[in-house]
Amino acid sequence: MRVSFTVNGRPQRADNVWEGESLLHVLRERLGLPGSKNACEQGECGSCTVRLDGVPVCACLVAAGQAEGREVLTVEGLAEYARQRDRARPGPGGQPPGTAPGQAPEEAPAGEAGEASGEASALAPVQQAFLDAGAVQCGFCTPGLLVAADELLERNPQPADADIREALAGNLCRCTGYETILDAVRLAAARTTPAAAPAAAGDGTGERPC
Amino acid sequence: MLTGGSGPAGGGQTPVRTAPVRVPTRLTQGSDPAARGGIGESTPRPDGTLKVTGEFAYSSDLWHEDMLWGATLRSPHAHAGIRSLDIAEALRVPGVHAVLTHDDLPTPVTTYGLEISDTPVLARDRVRHHGEPVALVAADHPETARRAAARIRVEYAALPVVHDEASALAPGAPLLHPDRTDHYARRVPHPNILHRQPVLRGDVAAARARADVIVTGEYRIGMQDQAFLGPESGLAVPAADGGVDLYLATQWLHADLRQMAPVLGLPEDRIRLTLSGVGGAFGGREDLSMQIHACLLALHTGRPVKMVYHREESFFGHVHRHPARLRYEHGATRDGRLTHMTCRIVLDGGAYASTSAAVVGNAASLSLGPYAVDNVEIEALALYTNNPPCGAMRGFGAVQACFAYEAQMDRVAAALGLHPVEFRQRNALSRGALMPTGQRVDAPAPVAELLRRVRDRPLPPERPWQTASGGGEDGTGGVDLRELPGGVSNTTHGEGVVRGVGYAVGIKNVGFSEGFDDYSTARVRLEVAGGEPVAVVHTAMAEVGQGGVTVHAQIARTELGVTQVALHPADTRVGSAGSTSASRQTYVTGGAIRHVCGLVRERVLELGRERFGAAHPGWAGDGLRLAGGKVVTAGGEVLAALADVLGGEAIERESEWRHRPTRPFDPHTGQGDGHVQYSFAAHRAVVEVDTELGLVKLVELACAQDVGRALNPLSVTGQIQGGTVQGMGLAVMEEIRTDAQGLVRNPSFTDYLIPTVLDTPAIPVEMLELADEHAPYGLRGVGEAPTLSAGPAVVAAIRQATGLALHRVPVRPEHLTGTD
Repeated sequence: MRVSFTVNGRPQRADNVWEGESLLHVLRERLGLPGSKNACEQGECGSCTVRLDGVPVCACLVAAGQAEGREVLTVEGLAEYARQRDRARPGPGGQPPGTAPGQAPEEAPAGEAGEASGEASALAPVQQAFLDAGAVQCGFCTPGLLVAADELLERNPQPADADIREALAGNLCRCTGYETILDAVRLAAARTTPAAAPAAAGDGTGERPC
Repeated sequence: MLTGGSGPAGGGQTPVRTAPVRVPTRLTQGSDPAARGGIGESTPRPDGTLKVTGEFAYSSDLWHEDMLWGATLRSPHAHAGIRSLDIAEALRVPGVHAVLTHDDLPTPVTTYGLEISDTPVLARDRVRHHGEPVALVAADHPETARRAAARIRVEYAALPVVHDEASALAPGAPLLHPDRTDHYARRVPHPNILHRQPVLRGDVAAARARADVIVTGEYRIGMQDQAFLGPESGLAVPAADGGVDLYLATQWLHADLRQMAPVLGLPEDRIRLTLSGVGGAFGGREDLSMQIHACLLALHTGRPVKMVYHREESFFGHVHRHPARLRYEHGATRDGRLTHMTCRIVLDGGAYASTSAAVVGNAASLSLGPYAVDNVEIEALALYTNNPPCGAMRGFGAVQACFAYEAQMDRVAAALGLHPVEFRQRNALSRGALMPTGQRVDAPAPVAELLRRVRDRPLPPERPWQTASGGGEDGTGGVDLRELPGGVSNTTHGEGVVRGVGYAVGIKNVGFSEGFDDYSTARVRLEVAGGEPVAVVHTAMAEVGQGGVTVHAQIARTELGVTQVALHPADTRVGSAGSTSASRQTYVTGGAIRHVCGLVRERVLELGRERFGAAHPGWAGDGLRLAGGKVVTAGGEVLAALADVLGGEAIERESEWRHRPTRPFDPHTGQGDGHVQYSFAAHRAVVEVDTELGLVKLVELACAQDVGRALNPLSVTGQIQGGTVQGMGLAVMEEIRTDAQGLVRNPSFTDYLIPTVLDTPAIPVEMLELADEHAPYGLRGVGEAPTLSAGPAVVAAIRQATGLALHRVPVRPEHLTGTD
């Protein structure tokens, strides 16, 4: 069969798709988008998390045909999606809602992380935060976690730790023990939410409390 | 059944795809411009940006024009004879290009193994464990390959199953390998014992007579899985010279090559292995999985073949951590001094040898833990059974013993009325002490200090689930369910919940032991590019996520005084780097890079003296360094820019490097300087237990570890936290369960549970940096030690909370509620 849907803002079409194929298989093997990962293919690990019409789903559990005519966001499109979201938001300079007029968004703090942020501005804030916080080891869980964490921060810009844990509970990581992933989400929240507490923003160096 | 589709069993059309061929390139290792900084800095990963953008090419992401998909047929029995095997129906499935069985193997060498070649590439007339590979299929769609594999008709005749020590050693027990010729065979008391290692020291009988307290206990450890997320996978591409190129995920490229070549019947230089992205390893990629299979299919069909295990197959496709039964006796005097220890450790090695013999060596030599005791009688052995093969997993033989000796230490302390930390400190190993093997500890061993650090941390607040506001709309009334055992299942609001605190400390060896020639090779090239000196580092080190690429680049920057370091993809075009295991790659391959950078530096200084020596007397001095892109004197005076010294010349050096040698353990007494280095970590666990339902909630799992020197503090912290959570997983969640027929009951992430972010607690880390003067930069291998003590600390905390003895891990709810 033929399946047509939008991936990361671009119309895509896959031909000769077998009806049993998952959205994950079509993304990875037919559309050249292997960023979404295939760790369990049974919806337990979250490594294949993508957004389907905005909703985080395990792409391995979505039949390819179910994506027909819909919008899919994968890790490959996350940075561009975050840029457009930022621009579309109300307020001067595309700042997130709630920002006082004229108030500049919190700059990434000086130092190593700040330099990294500057040079790697092509990344979404959550991607940069994962790098700066040391949340990436083998990286196989990372694409799914990034999509899930970005979605969390979109609907809850200042999540409490328990909120972060709840939102990411469907994403297994075997390397980090999750501490640096929590750090990364906190860091991304602090950097992208000017109203965030100064203490949280000051943690932006990516240094671990130890 | 299928209709119309062009996929499985369909029209056999090749999937259309617009993507380019994706094979590992230089980008696989990454070259993030932000990745600067020498040793001691928390430099970002060079592959980090690629990993967060989804561009990093893992071994399951590879794609090649015209490629086929491989699938494996595996045994549904733990022990059976194969009476017949019929592939005709599978071959007729449209889209199938090859079906291979044992009879298709190209050479008389049809087995492989890391130490003992006892593992069939494909079963011939007998299968010895559930999931053993029996046949291979290549087809134009992965599902076609799987379905065709299911149409291979195999007639099995079930055989009696050997599944534990009693059944393995019973009179008339079936022998797993009746014709053993390995070098352990003539020393073992029974052919179903793979290897047995005693360690004897002092006079236990006399010491026992002096003891005021004697505590004995028997402990059982379940079978843990590495559960790396990136499945076994790779792409084999047949080459024009009759050889094959394999892009894969592994822990040790050269060990794979050494095992593959005789089976494929090719000289090693016609099999080129290139490391692709590796989605975690933890020991589970030390043995071969799909390597030979994919190459056989590629060579047979003349087409590139990709193999990717799904999760269930992954559980069958790699070895696991040995389940164990351990019997211990400790004696102590009233003043809190240990008099003696005896133990017997029985490890279930499963059907094939893998690394079991080395695991036995570790279990025996580290069975006492980080304590100084002069009188010991130790016996460790591994069995051959029809259970899944077991081999390397993080902690390698030292994890099982730690659960047992730390349980014992708490019980002896209790019998003496001493605090568990105080009792441990009185008996703690320290520099200069002797191990049970007679080896003197000749580097810092801050066991007592690590315990002090975790004990002295403030305890987390009581009743963390109570919230300031009362009477929530959801009826939870001032309770955050997420902080309670059972979480949002809403099983308690605090009733029946009790807190416990537990401690544990462990000792792990670093590097390969027992006389193994444990070397690594590095090639370093230094030249000017774009006006700036650039170093290219080439090793065969498998980056599996641990951050070896980060610290190896840091070492090159520090040694050569450059900022630009490119990492060549790891492959077999350079000498072996040894395994990414045993916490050894920063030490050994890092040591090799440092050594070779020194050789490059010597040539730089030679060049400098030739070209500029007359211009400045400093060139004749000692202690010249390369720093900041310059040659500087010991006093810091700049002599020349590195770019000017090099000019158009490229300096390239390659060399092997070895840590100091070790010796085998005496087969009868276990005496010998068997280990390179020891690594120590301590944990304090704080848990809440719902005693009515047997649910456990980790509140905090604090770790203190001596890392010698943190070459990259952020990475080291990540290793400690990740290792801690794997240890915790074994304590309360993770177990591959087999039944009496040897069948695996839970090969999925639905039924084999690894910790989620909801299960893990805060993991504060304290690092000590006490240099080991024998190691490069004073560093200590860090990856494994935290996996030892985390779990025992958690179980100790549960014991303290519940008052239960708890002799087996993982601890399940039924063990806490008396309903098992």
